[in-house]
Amino acid sequence: MKGSTKNILLVLVLIIMATVPLLILKDAEFGGADGQAEEVITEINPDYEPWFSPLIEPASGEIESLLFSLQAAIGAGFIGYFYGFVKGKRITNQ
Amino acid sequence: MKKRFILCLALVSVMLLSPNYIFGMHIMEGFLPVGWAIFWTIVSLPFVVMGIRTISKTFNENPNQKLLFALVTAFVFILSALKMPSVTGSTSHPTGTGLGAVLFGPLPMAVSGLIVLLFQALLLAHGGISTLGANVFSMAIVGPFAAYFTYKLLKGTNKKLAVFLAAALGDLVTYVVTSVQLALAHPDAAGGVMGSLTKFLSIFAVTQIPLAIAEGILSIMVFELIVNYQKEGGYQLERIN
Repeated sequence: MKGSTKNILLVLVLIIMATVPLLILKDAEFGGADGQAEEVITEINPDYEPWFSPLIEPASGEIESLLFSLQAAIGAGFIGYFYGFVKGKRITNQ
Repeated sequence: MKKRFILCLALVSVMLLSPNYIFGMHIMEGFLPVGWAIFWTIVSLPFVVMGIRTISKTFNENPNQKLLFALVTAFVFILSALKMPSVTGSTSHPTGTGLGAVLFGPLPMAVSGLIVLLFQALLLAHGGISTLGANVFSMAIVGPFAAYFTYKLLKGTNKKLAVFLAAALGDLVTYVVTSVQLALAHPDAAGGVMGSLTKFLSIFAVTQIPLAIAEGILSIMVFELIVNYQKEGGYQLERIN
């Protein structure tokens, strides 16, 4: 199988894996898991008081997704740079 | 080989059919008692220092390794930003540290992981400064070590399968360690540490399995890119292969 065909197939698998839960679990909240971990800790240890709080908290859910996408964009940007760099080098050397 | 791969995927998808609820990701700010926060920071510190040394040694020997190291760190950036929906009806994200551990050994990933965890703790209120040591230990030390040894053990059979399993296992082990850390700090009134460990593990395990598979798949894709363009990149892979 050609490399690109294989990658397209792998990406399809990923998309299906991410979509299926959304389709079959219609009532689920899909909330962040760390919030629910807090609940478990409170359940085990009702007296526990967090002794430190985040220095900066994103002003809203939108700002938080902005920062998360920024994080992914930094990573993806570099991978794009890497791929362009080696590919360009290969073409020049041919 | 392909059959074995499909078999693995099939086995794991069977495990996914039992519904459960959520947990995962890093330990939240302030949710480890002071003593444990300090303990995990002290445990993680030497690994970070050794990681920095290993990185500078690697860069001195071959400056082209910088390109490759930046690539695996970029991979950690992307993967730990991807909060994906899981079969349990909640979201969690992969770690991305397995790929780098396969290529550079486990120690340098302590540094990559630390950078990403700092970014998330400072800007996103995700994870935390007080829990940074504990989160570095699970995601940037134990996870990479698990990935590295899995790869070492299996690379003789099939390299791609080895990368897949290394990345997926490193991801899973990370969250097992997180559960252990939480259980140690918050023992159950009735069942003690083991009691709350069962609670934390049963909560997180199922959520993380599909994400571990996703991490395995993404790791293979980038690994192939790296191998394919080795000549142009000028980096070495032999030392780790």
